[in-house]
Amino acid sequence: MPLALAFFFWAMALITVALFIARVWWLPELASAHGGAIDDQLVLTLVLAGIVFFLAQAALGYFIWRFRARGSERASYWHENPKMEVTWTVATAILFIGLGIQGNRVWAKYILTQAPPDAVTVEVTGQQFAWNMRYAGADGKFGRTDPKLINDANANFLGLDEADPAAHDDVLTQNLMAIPVNRPIGVILRAKDVTHSFYVPQLRVKQDAVPGMGIRVTFTATKTGEFEIACAELCGMQHYKMRGRLLVMSDADYEKWLKDRAAAQ
Amino acid sequence: MPAATIPATGDLLRPGAGGPGAGDGSFGGDGDGGRRPSPRARQTHRLGIWLGLASVTMLFLGLTSAFIVREKLGGEWAEFAMPPLLVVNTLVLLASSAALERSKRALAGIVPSGARPAVSGVEVPPAYNTWLLAAVALGLLFLVGQAVAWQQLSARGIYLSTNPHSSFFYTLTGMHGLHLLGGLVALGYLTAWRGRLPLLALRRRTEATAIYWHFMDGLWVYLLLLLFVWK
Amino acid sequence: MAGHAAVMEAPTGFIRKYIFSIDHKVIGIQYLLLALFAVFLGMVLSAFMRLRLAWPEEKWPLLQQIFPQGFAGGPMTPEFYLAMMTMHGTIMVFFVLTTAPLSGFGNYFLPIQVGARDMAFPILNMLSFWITFVAMAVMVMALFATGGAPIAGWTSYAPLSALGQVAGPGLGAGQTLWIVSIAIFCVASLLTSLNFLTTTLNLRARGMSLLRMPLTVWAWFTTAMLALLAFPVLLAGGILLLLDRVGGTSFFIPGGLVVSDQLIPHQGGSPLLWQHLFWFFGHPEVYIAILPGMGVTSHILSTFARKPVFAYKAMVGAIFAIGFISYIVWGHHMFMSGMSPFSSMAFSITTLAVGVPSAIKTFNWLATLWGGQIRFTSSMLYALGFVSLFVSGGVTGMLLAQPAVDVALHDTYFVVAHFHIIMGVAAIFGIFAGLHFWFPKMFGRMMDERLGKIHFWITIAGVYAIFMPMHYLGVAGALRRYAQLTEFDFLRPMQPLHQFITVAAFVTIAAQLIFVFNFFYSMFKGKRAGANPWEATTLEWIIPSPPPHDNFGPIEPVVNHGPYEYSVPGAAKDHIMQTAPAEEARR
Ligand code: HEM
Ligand SMILES: [Cu+2]
Ligand SMILES: [Cu+2]
Repeated sequence: MPLALAFFFWAMALITVALFIARVWWLPELASAHGGAIDDQLVLTLVLAGIVFFLAQAALGYFIWRFRARGSERASYWHENPKMEVTWTVATAILFIGLGIQGNRVWAKYILTQAPPDAVTVEVTGQQFAWNMRYAGADGKFGRTDPKLINDANANFLGLDEADPAAHDDVLTQNLMAIPVNRPIGVILRAKDVTHSFYVPQLRVKQDAVPGMGIRVTFTATKTGEFEIACAELCGMQHYKMRGRLLVMSDADYEKWLKDRAAAQ
Repeated sequence: MPAATIPATGDLLRPGAGGPGAGDGSFGGDGDGGRRPSPRARQTHRLGIWLGLASVTMLFLGLTSAFIVREKLGGEWAEFAMPPLLVVNTLVLLASSAALERSKRALAGIVPSGARPAVSGVEVPPAYNTWLLAAVALGLLFLVGQAVAWQQLSARGIYLSTNPHSSFFYTLTGMHGLHLLGGLVALGYLTAWRGRLPLLALRRRTEATAIYWHFMDGLWVYLLLLLFVWK
Repeated sequence: MAGHAAVMEAPTGFIRKYIFSIDHKVIGIQYLLLALFAVFLGMVLSAFMRLRLAWPEEKWPLLQQIFPQGFAGGPMTPEFYLAMMTMHGTIMVFFVLTTAPLSGFGNYFLPIQVGARDMAFPILNMLSFWITFVAMAVMVMALFATGGAPIAGWTSYAPLSALGQVAGPGLGAGQTLWIVSIAIFCVASLLTSLNFLTTTLNLRARGMSLLRMPLTVWAWFTTAMLALLAFPVLLAGGILLLLDRVGGTSFFIPGGLVVSDQLIPHQGGSPLLWQHLFWFFGHPEVYIAILPGMGVTSHILSTFARKPVFAYKAMVGAIFAIGFISYIVWGHHMFMSGMSPFSSMAFSITTLAVGVPSAIKTFNWLATLWGGQIRFTSSMLYALGFVSLFVSGGVTGMLLAQPAVDVALHDTYFVVAHFHIIMGVAAIFGIFAGLHFWFPKMFGRMMDERLGKIHFWITIAGVYAIFMPMHYLGVAGALRRYAQLTEFDFLRPMQPLHQFITVAAFVTIAAQLIFVFNFFYSMFKGKRAGANPWEATTLEWIIPSPPPHDNFGPIEPVVNHGPYEYSVPGAAKDHIMQTAPAEEARR
């Protein structure tokens, strides 16, 4: 029994760590500028956690085997060692707080970055179960919206007020977002009904869209291509298929895309 | 203050805290249902009630934090002036508390003789009865007063859902009222059983109820300040 | 002190004895049976979930006959999935993990271990159980509510949970019943914890100083403190949420919401406020689930390693530190919620800080084994399993505590893996360890060791097979609370892993029948147990199995020793009972 249990803990720890190292399942391929730091911090923590995990399981297994009852021997009455206790307390405290500080630096750099004035601004509004995107258009100003005007049947998903001149050139799409590559993007997240969460795995962007709030996130995509926007906060029955498409394209393509959309409207 | 008092915390850390009484305390602590009362029972009652009040405090702190957050969000926060009736209600509640305190003190003077505490049906001092009934009556009056105040407000068109301030007003006073109702049940129990409980048990229970009842006064004043003065 | 036995007469009628009993031991068993029912319900619900996650499009004609609505058209509907998920989480967290370790074992053994004859307030104790029972009944009603069972998750985030049926199936009557049940449960938990605290502080036997209390008592004591101060805040939130639903108020519902093209006539509330109130309770709650398991594990490791718990005082300190810090970490559930990024930083640091006492406990457990003479009873196996699971679930906390890393991991299966291992399965292992350990005391008979070991092996292998792979899913971005993970290109490749997990789950769930059989069979047919079958030292082992109505009968326990005096050099036996004469240690 002791040996079997020891083996079990060792094997479990080995397999777990091995599958991480082999990266059979791993982070989606990175496609944003700030994501590198996040990945590094994740990997650093994962490695440290992995070491702690492995050592602890190995020790547990070893102790189980080594200290199995043998006949009528007595156990040792050893139950205190202040020096050891202080050492491991201080060591874990340093490890954890150190990680915390380092992690906070990564976080601050990501979250406190403001979109520069020339950033592309997109307003994204979640609703059950779709994403509504809005671009300010040529005037750079979003038109007025009013919840009373919302009418999904007429495709006025945001309640855009046509009486406002700034509203006329707003470009609206649903479940489709285009952005230029290598340019800062500022997204303003809103929600019409319940809380949603804007998640693009490859960009390492995840942020709740909360009704009554306008939450900003800033990022820069570094790869062109098509990505998926998923909802990461339970919002009702079809939460699992609240899917949007994100197209990252060259600057020129993006300008053209925006113009075409505006013209089509 | 008679006999058993709460030992200093230092005592609690010493082996054998509470001395010989500790063993007795294990009878359910409380002398309930004819079990022998013990010197620690009194402490147990007090501790129990204070712990209960700690949790009541957390409930109202939770509501308070909601109040503050909600007020900061502002907007349509339309504050209404305090209905004057609430001042009267406050006085009624304080008077009820004072009455209960008097009734509690009426018991404090009696030194239980050997046989007395264990026997049911000892007569209770008349002062106890009078003040207890006064406390119950005033408590009921307060609740009636609160109901009238609600009535007056709704007559002015201020309902639960009218604005955030009114929502909090009804919620907080309602929760306070529910807690008072609980206290009234305890007072009703004392009224009904006062002739049948052993003297020490009656005293413990009166004390515990009084702590709760006084706390409800403090809570009420706090709520008034929060609702109508805090800014 | 003669005549004590006569003072507390045992009730004779069936109803007073077994139904409306005020005996803490009967109440403890009532709680355990309630939890047993709940855990089975919860497990069956999880089987449904796993079924859909593995084969989302598959039709199940047989199930369709039983649940015509839940399987309308053949495959399980997404709302049925979400209802299963919500009820599973709620039942597990509240009715299993709060009920069994704290109210169940605590009720039975806390008074005995401190040398009391009952709880401080026995009638209140009975009331607490029956209030819990009502809460459970209402929760089961929610499962069958018109319009469906609630689908908002065990966290019931507003405004989804506040808007009513317009926001989706199950959000009408089902959601209301959910809130009512939780509110009732809050009240019951408050009353229980008040009783625990008073009993521990005031009813200890002579000589039972605080630092001679078993670590189980310390754990229950701290847990009760957490429950006493955390549940009222959930109650406050629940009341406000209920008023938003039925009273037209706007505590959590902002203005200008449009749900399914309907303008909602509310104004100005704050969805984040609900999250703050919920998690202020919610984080202490996860420690309410796990702390008693830690106490039980310390207790059992020491008993079967035949060694004193290593660094007893540090263990007590760590329990307290965990209890205290757990009040100031709740924001780690809200890193992506739109809360101020600076709050996130503060919560990140406090969260990592709570890891320190947790790590201390692990070190001390390992050190307790060092130099021991380990006896591998099934109870000990579960306790060792607990340590392993606690490590596995704990280390991933280092990642989730950092907002930057949480960007990738929040609301993914990584979180599901983390909390299942550390809060769910570890706590369940604590329960199993405790049950196998105390069963002889509670029922006077031994559980079958062979069956216990078979059950242990399948369960430990099973839970690792279920929950370890979820880490990989999470890192790869698989989102939780998804009724299926095949609607996205980046999720689809992970489907085989989901199928593997489901198979493992089915095997593990089926294996639990071994335990149920063992439990009920041993209750009637097990080998008779003596007063102290494990050669343990604490007070529950000086009295007959099962204990008499007033626990100690004519004995008045006087405590002379610490709780874990095993293998004391020079002593006659390898263990010294807490009540042994003081000179025992020197003999
Ligand atoms: C047989 C063992 C178990 C299996 C197979 C299982 C499976 C699952 C699954 C599939 C989910 C839903 C994941 C999602 O869609 O996001 C879930 C959620 C959950 N489970 Fe378990 N579970 C088990 C045991 C437990 C235990 C013992 C607990 C006790 C804490 C627990 C607590 C929860 C909670 C709190 C949730 C979250 C519900 C929510 O998102 O609102 N589970 N479980
Ligand atoms: Cu969603
Ligand atoms: Cu937490």
